[in-house]
Amino acid sequence: MKKIFGRPAGLTEILQRYCPGCGHGIVHRIIGELLVKLDIRERTIGIAPVGCSVFADEYFNCDMIQPPHGRGPAVATGLKRTRPECIVFSYQGDGDLAAMGTAEIIHAAARNENITVIFINNAIFGMTGGQMAPTTLPGMKSTTSVKGRDIRKQGYPIRVCEMLASLDGPYYLERCVVDTPKNVIRSEKALKTAFMNQIDNKGFSLVEILSTCPTGWGQTPIQAKKWLGEAMVQYYPLGVYRDRSKEEK
Amino acid sequence: MAEKKLMYGNHAIVEGVLAAGCRFFAGYPITPQNEIPELMSIRMNEIGGVFVQTGSEVAAINMLFGAAAAGKRAMTSSSSPGISLMQEGISYIAGADIPVLVVNVVRGGPGLGNIAPAQSDYYQATRGGGHGDYFTITLAPNSAQDLYEFPRLAFELAEKYRNPALILADGLLGQMMEPVELSDELVDPNSLAENEWALSGCKGRERRIVRSYDLRPGKLEEWNLRRIEKYEKIKKNEQRFEATDCDDADLVIVAYGTCSRVSDAAVKMARDKGFKVGLLRPITLWPFPWDVFADMSKRIENFLVVEMSCGQMIDDVKLATECRSKIHFHGRPGGGVPTPPEVYKEIEKVLGGAQ
Repeated sequence: MKKIFGRPAGLTEILQRYCPGCGHGIVHRIIGELLVKLDIRERTIGIAPVGCSVFADEYFNCDMIQPPHGRGPAVATGLKRTRPECIVFSYQGDGDLAAMGTAEIIHAAARNENITVIFINNAIFGMTGGQMAPTTLPGMKSTTSVKGRDIRKQGYPIRVCEMLASLDGPYYLERCVVDTPKNVIRSEKALKTAFMNQIDNKGFSLVEILSTCPTGWGQTPIQAKKWLGEAMVQYYPLGVYRDRSKEEK
Repeated sequence: MAEKKLMYGNHAIVEGVLAAGCRFFAGYPITPQNEIPELMSIRMNEIGGVFVQTGSEVAAINMLFGAAAAGKRAMTSSSSPGISLMQEGISYIAGADIPVLVVNVVRGGPGLGNIAPAQSDYYQATRGGGHGDYFTITLAPNSAQDLYEFPRLAFELAEKYRNPALILADGLLGQMMEPVELSDELVDPNSLAENEWALSGCKGRERRIVRSYDLRPGKLEEWNLRRIEKYEKIKKNEQRFEATDCDDADLVIVAYGTCSRVSDAAVKMARDKGFKVGLLRPITLWPFPWDVFADMSKRIENFLVVEMSCGQMIDDVKLATECRSKIHFHGRPGGGVPTPPEVYKEIEKVLGGAQ
């Protein structure tokens, strides 16, 4: 019998501890496949965030480092500048990238640091138990906004791609979503571009991926997929926010 | 013959770091150490190293984490408020057992304080500084020559024990000019051995993980206990100090860094007046030179601790002597620098009028 589908060599055999319906597994698989397809697994150093995906250092089958919350882009800078032959990616959630590490991501983007950032936006703090994230939607319930995010007291969500697109620095910025097979394929294409840009020494690429957290959202996996494609996509429009390869042509 | 050059202390650090084969610097300007990033930006460019001016000290220490995890010698410098910001990163680096070099050109505190020399970061430097059970190897230079030589020693110790190392200078040492004898033997960064833990891509070997966490029950405790074993080795092997005129002394001054230079002059004044006074200068602040204090406290009646702080190292002197001797103190906090006559007066106070 011929095996036609299996775990890509870019992922380890370790069982991933994500909840049913969580989007991390989908994105992990895309990255794991790309490490093989682009033949970069053996020269890649990945960075795991703090949050549910802290265990990414066990899941990706390449050299990995686990730095302080939010500091991935700074650690990536140290790695890439000393080992320019390596491919360095930083995998970060919304608390990691858009709260604690806001300064680090902005300055790495402004320097056009030649790294690849994967930003998982699920609008909630998963690991700590469903608290409000910097990307929690107005009116959305969390354990620190139990009646829904009150924009008068808790302010507005941060749109990371739009914010970074105000800088001259970044080379590539795109927002995708992993709610349907079509959109998963679109996400893979964006991530491939983000890795290729680094391979070609183009500079800073960030792909924001809108993702689910059924546990934190208090929804079933099916409800969460639906809500992701509707409410999340409505507030965070999909698309390419920066592609300097277009300017080069 | 080795070249001798008149140099600022801060410039001596830069040349010492480069002589040690370090080719990675990340940092953020802060007085009184700005001459370090300024000269570093020029020199790294000349020799093909990496200089990054960061968005903050938080970013700087994490860039070090990345560069050092990649197995390369990496350093940053800052002054007190900036070093406070780095404590999170230093804790993670210590927790991941990664060698880095951090230079603190200490200024007056707390808070924004001022830009005058101080030694008020002693507790922070010698008690770990951030969260968790850890220590940083801490060296205390007292001349531009030390500032040139200590980076190499710091890297060697940091790598030997896989632990962050700190050079605790102060604004006066950084800003003053002194002759420095430059080394003929420069470390070639390419000659440094590849570490078996460094991240470089897993081609031809098992993949590696650098991290400071372990959630498995009991495992973090084991890891901490292994680190404590390492600290015991450092304590045993690496205590460094300089003892002058201590053999017949009725009083021994304990001072490091700038205060040891001031106290050296005070000892000469006292000896001229017939007082039997010596100077014990800790060179490693962690590990503190406990053994020499334990030994001296059996025969020395008085120790006078001189610090540019409200009194921090004095705790270690009391611990190391187990309070067998009388411990006196003279301190100048908030950027104050003691003068030799001032220290001499304290000697007189303890030992009585002119002999």
